[in-house]
Amino acid sequence: MTNYGPKIAVSREGQITIVELLDEEILEEGTINVIADSVFSVVADGTGIKLIISFAQVRHLSSSALGMLIRINKRVEESGGTLKLSHLRKPLLEIFKITRLDRSFDIYNDNNAALRSFNS
Amino acid sequence: MPSDTYQEIEISSSFSQARQAEQTIVTAAENHGYVESDLFALQLSLEEALSNAIRHGNRQDSQKIINIRYHVSQERIDIYVADEGTGFDPTNVPDPTADENLENPHGRGIMLMRAYMNLVEYNQEGNVVHIVKLNPKSTKSSCKNHE
Repeated sequence: MTNYGPKIAVSREGQITIVELLDEEILEEGTINVIADSVFSVVADGTGIKLIISFAQVRHLSSSALGMLIRINKRVEESGGTLKLSHLRKPLLEIFKITRLDRSFDIYNDNNAALRSFNS
Repeated sequence: MPSDTYQEIEISSSFSQARQAEQTIVTAAENHGYVESDLFALQLSLEEALSNAIRHGNRQDSQKIINIRYHVSQERIDIYVADEGTGFDPTNVPDPTADENLENPHGRGIMLMRAYMNLVEYNQEGNVVHIVKLNPKSTKSSCKNHE
């Protein structure tokens, strides 16, 4: 089992990789860079990755965290993969709507809905 | 109900010190009866204001200081964040929601502050930001200049 660091938990459902963000607050650059590097390692492990990032543990995120997600999305797309987001609490979803990033990302209520979307 | 809280804090250009300052102010707001959604908005806006002060204002120079003055009452919260930079023109910031900017990883901080606070204004130089959060539960709150 590959260790991707303390900030994420990685699991697999068939061909789909689920990354759960473990921090309640994703605010400052130090934390964000560690998370980004961990997720980039996951993405680098295979081309055409089908990736879900779960925000079930996350209560706060900053605009810098949004920037991190944009960079991750770009890396996933460049490797021929697809990224979906899940479990965004209502206040965090509101941030995506205010910044219009709800149109840039596929967002689902939970992991099951995101998993089903890969199969549809 | 507690009496109004007036405080002035100085921090270095450190993200961890910024986190502590945020927590102090959010706790003060909670003690004055602001609800969870207000606290969320306050923490987000403070995070953006302080990150901008550290990253853009003070260029992450650990020798440079950020001054934070805040006043918390039941009616409103006023916060002034001052950095030691030369300032900027806040009217000249690209719209992060424009199609051509959506893939830009930066540039959303001010927009989020404006979305979550009742007032966001800069001094003429652009190195001091004043943010105001009114308590929607209070009948006395208004955005008229408090200081």
